[in-house]
Amino acid sequence: MEFTDEQVQRYSRQIILNDVGGKGQQKIRNAKVLVIGAGGLGSPAALYLVAAGIGTLGLADGDVVDLSNLQRQILHTTDRVGTLKVESGKAMLSALNPDVQLSLYTEHVNAATISKLVQDYDIVLDGSDNFSTRFLVNDACYFEKKTLISGSIFRFEGQLATIKPHEGHPCYRCLYPEPPPAGLVPNCQEAGVLGVLAGTIGVLQANEAIKEILGLGESLATRLLLYDALDMTFRNVKRPKAPDCPLCGPNPSITTLQEYDVSCSI
Amino acid sequence: MTKVRIPTPLRPKTGGKSEVEVHASNISEMIERLETSYPGIKERLCDETGEIRRFLNIYLNEEDIRFLEGKNTPLKDTDEVSIIPAIAGGV
Repeated sequence: MEFTDEQVQRYSRQIILNDVGGKGQQKIRNAKVLVIGAGGLGSPAALYLVAAGIGTLGLADGDVVDLSNLQRQILHTTDRVGTLKVESGKAMLSALNPDVQLSLYTEHVNAATISKLVQDYDIVLDGSDNFSTRFLVNDACYFEKKTLISGSIFRFEGQLATIKPHEGHPCYRCLYPEPPPAGLVPNCQEAGVLGVLAGTIGVLQANEAIKEILGLGESLATRLLLYDALDMTFRNVKRPKAPDCPLCGPNPSITTLQEYDVSCSI
Repeated sequence: MTKVRIPTPLRPKTGGKSEVEVHASNISEMIERLETSYPGIKERLCDETGEIRRFLNIYLNEEDIRFLEGKNTPLKDTDEVSIIPAIAGGV
């Protein structure tokens, strides 16, 4: 399908990039990306993906907008406090770019529904706020062979990785085999987070998703990126495939999806 | 002295310090030295059996010690060790 004059104008600043061009813009338009969590990470990620002209964006979140979210969840506005986050997100995203097909999911992600949810997408962005969902999303993406861009934040620190075990790379459990047991970690409200940090990591997730779609650059498939907002440092550590990985190793102990009862953050 | 980077969640144990220095010949000894200086830190790093917790990794420079020699991984004074726990925040 040809781009309209208006679309060419809208995307002109990225179409003129040699590495993108009309073909790249077409790849972006054909892409289907699922964003799990319309919160601190999901907000900036979804905004940039929609601005870039992603064909289909899925947004999954069961929560409603709370006043305390607005410090960092930039999809939402003061007048939409109390509305479903995905509806609030839709208002912002469809105003930004009406070309994009938006699919909204208001159910909390769970073991019964996650596989069907990710099946319809090429790439999944995890911006969830708890370990149970993170491990569930990783496992579902592994079973469904979907690329996962995992971002997480805590106070002044962020972590980012691209998870592609279906291309022979490590999964999230190669990095962290199990979630922490309940009780060993403080909950999110106790933890606190710098609003801008959510923006930094969420935008980087969008960046890595666009690179995957365009097939550009070096991915984080074998690295973990560590960001420290106070030291203002980005560091990489190596992230090898674990031969004893309980999920993607040769003798897996995890063969079905499971949910954990853990609090949100160490 | 080997530099050890302390992640945010463990900084209450080190009096807020983000980096500490220890003299140790390997990772096991490093953990014991840390425990001596900062009591209570070991149980955050290791489970009841003494194994490093499975939601936390220790890196020697850029390498995860699980893929080196684990707790027996030797340390030099010029090395930098990072303790990196899984974090889950997103909202």
